Amino acid sequence: MTVKKNPKKGKLDQVLKSPKLKMKNISGAEAVVLSLIAEDIKCLFGYPGGAIMPVYDELYRYQEHINHILVRHEQGATHAAQGHARITNKASVCLATSGPGATNLITGIADAQIDSTPMVCITGQVPSTLLGTDAFQETDVIGVTMPVTKWNYQITKASEVPEIIAKAFYIANSGRPGPVVIDITKDAQLGMLDFEYKKCVAVRTYEPVPKINKDAVAKAVELINKAKKPFMLVGHGVLISKAQKELLKFLELTGIPCGMTLQGLSALPTSHPLNTGMLGMHGNYGPNIKTNECDVLIAIGMRFDDRVTGDVTRYAKQAQVIHIEIDPAEINKNVFAHVPLIGDAKAALKALMPKLKKKKYIKWLKEFDACKKEEYKKVVKEDIYPKSDGLTMGEVVRMVSEKTEGRAIIVTDVGQHQMVAARYYDYEQTDSWISSGGLGTMGFCLPAAFGAKMAAPKREVVAIIGDGGFQMTLQELGTIWQSELSVKIIILNNNFLGMVRQWQQLFFDKRYSFVELKNPDFVAITKGFGIEAAKVDERKNLSNGLDIMFEHDGPYLLEVVCEKERNVFPMIPSGAAVNEIRLD
Amino acid sequence: MNTEYTLSILTENNVGLLQNIVTEFTKRKINIDSFTGSETENKDIYRITILVNASEQLIKKIANSIEQIIDVFRVVVYKDDELVYQELALYKVPTKSLLDSNSVENIVRENNARILYVGKEITVIEKTGHKEQTQELFEKLKPYNILGFSRSGRIALSNKNMKSVNKFLTKQLKNDSATYEPVK
Repeated sequence: MTVKKNPKKGKLDQVLKSPKLKMKNISGAEAVVLSLIAEDIKCLFGYPGGAIMPVYDELYRYQEHINHILVRHEQGATHAAQGHARITNKASVCLATSGPGATNLITGIADAQIDSTPMVCITGQVPSTLLGTDAFQETDVIGVTMPVTKWNYQITKASEVPEIIAKAFYIANSGRPGPVVIDITKDAQLGMLDFEYKKCVAVRTYEPVPKINKDAVAKAVELINKAKKPFMLVGHGVLISKAQKELLKFLELTGIPCGMTLQGLSALPTSHPLNTGMLGMHGNYGPNIKTNECDVLIAIGMRFDDRVTGDVTRYAKQAQVIHIEIDPAEINKNVFAHVPLIGDAKAALKALMPKLKKKKYIKWLKEFDACKKEEYKKVVKEDIYPKSDGLTMGEVVRMVSEKTEGRAIIVTDVGQHQMVAARYYDYEQTDSWISSGGLGTMGFCLPAAFGAKMAAPKREVVAIIGDGGFQMTLQELGTIWQSELSVKIIILNNNFLGMVRQWQQLFFDKRYSFVELKNPDFVAITKGFGIEAAKVDERKNLSNGLDIMFEHDGPYLLEVVCEKERNVFPMIPSGAAVNEIRLD
Repeated sequence: MNTEYTLSILTENNVGLLQNIVTEFTKRKINIDSFTGSETENKDIYRITILVNASEQLIKKIANSIEQIIDVFRVVVYKDDELVYQELALYKVPTKSLLDSNSVENIVRENNARILYVGKEITVIEKTGHKEQTQELFEKLKPYNILGFSRSGRIALSNKNMKSVNKFLTKQLKNDSATYEPVK
């Protein structure tokens, strides 16, 4: 098979330099690649196959202009794209073939949908003449992904390629971000068109960023200024909106204490005096208790997910709720908003600032402190300075936090270790937390970590994974090895599906139904993938083990054997109210 | 407390949209009582009329969700007293029933129905009206052996001049369905 060596290179440079980005008589597949380049996509994650081969041929030709990372499973491509997008705050791209390639993307797409991550997935499809005939590797990708995408479209003619891809990026990136799937039939990839790229700037039926209502702002300001016990809930929206500075200004002016949702972590440094901790099922004691005691609740960029509210019929009923949110469908969906403030978080904070009064809530803040002390005594101390023989996940995370000075990007999988990493790492730098929240997808971490590393090569990326989740996508070690991405992986191995075991202990009389894992030699497997690895199972070796990992030049995996049965507290049991949070 | 609500969903003329909209109901386990779609007075705008029985709170949430779907312009929620609505029903009876006596003919007259088709074996009667009326006719025709029955979905128009919605749509239609600008 002959291999072309960039025969059009000169022409491409000319085209990319030209302001109009025009090219005559090129294939749909080439148009796909050029459109991605025009959208400033530097890398994409994918896995080839029959129905997407024309695009792969063009990627080969343009490899100096756009980098493709070959994953080991299409699910890995989606999580890698998510990890990448959470850092760049712009849509990342995955590429897969038809049939099973496309269906393997679905979990990641659903995850991106519920966590509002911008993503454009391009799938190959059988030729349009074969649609509906149960052809080889044919699936109704549009039908199957409709409920889990922000938008999707099937391209059947080459001439549609530039416009549809432009529209895909616009929709994925704007307003409340989300995943978009573009299914391209093989004949559309092979067909010819005259290419001219234009960016999409508006879609008629879509208002991504509603205008902020001045009356709502005035009402909110009035409530905030009169409040005696205000509390602010900070969610992912603040990070998406890049409103960290505005948030800081707001808090320091109004003196209002705040709590973060899981996806809002690192919007404000953990150490900030007004940061009272994390909300939700395994959040901190104070934020949960005080939610049901405050008089004004200001929610920004968060959707009152059930993990945060507990029993929603007994959630903050005593408070006046101000809900700052860009997606109108979230207003009054779970919690009634007395003052809905629909709009972008940054713009909303800016609009509120001018008339807000400078205040301090000394007594109110002391109440949070008291909760913090109690939580420390009953839960935290034993987690991070344990007296037990076995290592706790908490002490490992604590040590990682100290060694990285709170400045690493922490990527986690799903389960007990995830909650522990959320609670015990000191997030000092923003955009430092990448985790599967809404869907809770096990196997998310490993690919998301290398996606994040591609987006932030100069930052330390630490993947904290459980032994269960690791095995769901461990094949992506191959991707890490092949692309030489320097990700630091820590397996917190307790030989159990810890979170499920905890529930079985607390609510199912310790009937540990199929949660005990017979684990392989993780170190041997990792070394088999050409990545350096080691195991630590005693406290005295932990610090040294971590140092070796961080100092190693290249990817590294450290397996840390943890206590088999330890529970994550505090906990709001299912059906309980937030103030019924348990410390044991 | 559940009430009958009619959702008037104004969209771009795109077929794939139906699945998206129906999903908003099915995922909340809500039965759609009737579903019709057609162009509006404006060829670029399509209307999907959905009849649903649910609580006010839930309907508002569903309407908000549907409005966020790309290609949906606007969703308006109506109660029965805010609408002019109609359904169509067809009843198939044996032509013999018509010839045996003049009872069926009387029923048709009294109920403002009409005979749409007369064949050797079967006759089809048509009635337009509200559900209660078409159902009433059904009950009256039952003794004469109904061989087939079909009811259309509800179509409806607001009983007011929806100035703000019309203004909004006129403004939207001034733009292309998607706007593009050259790369800078």
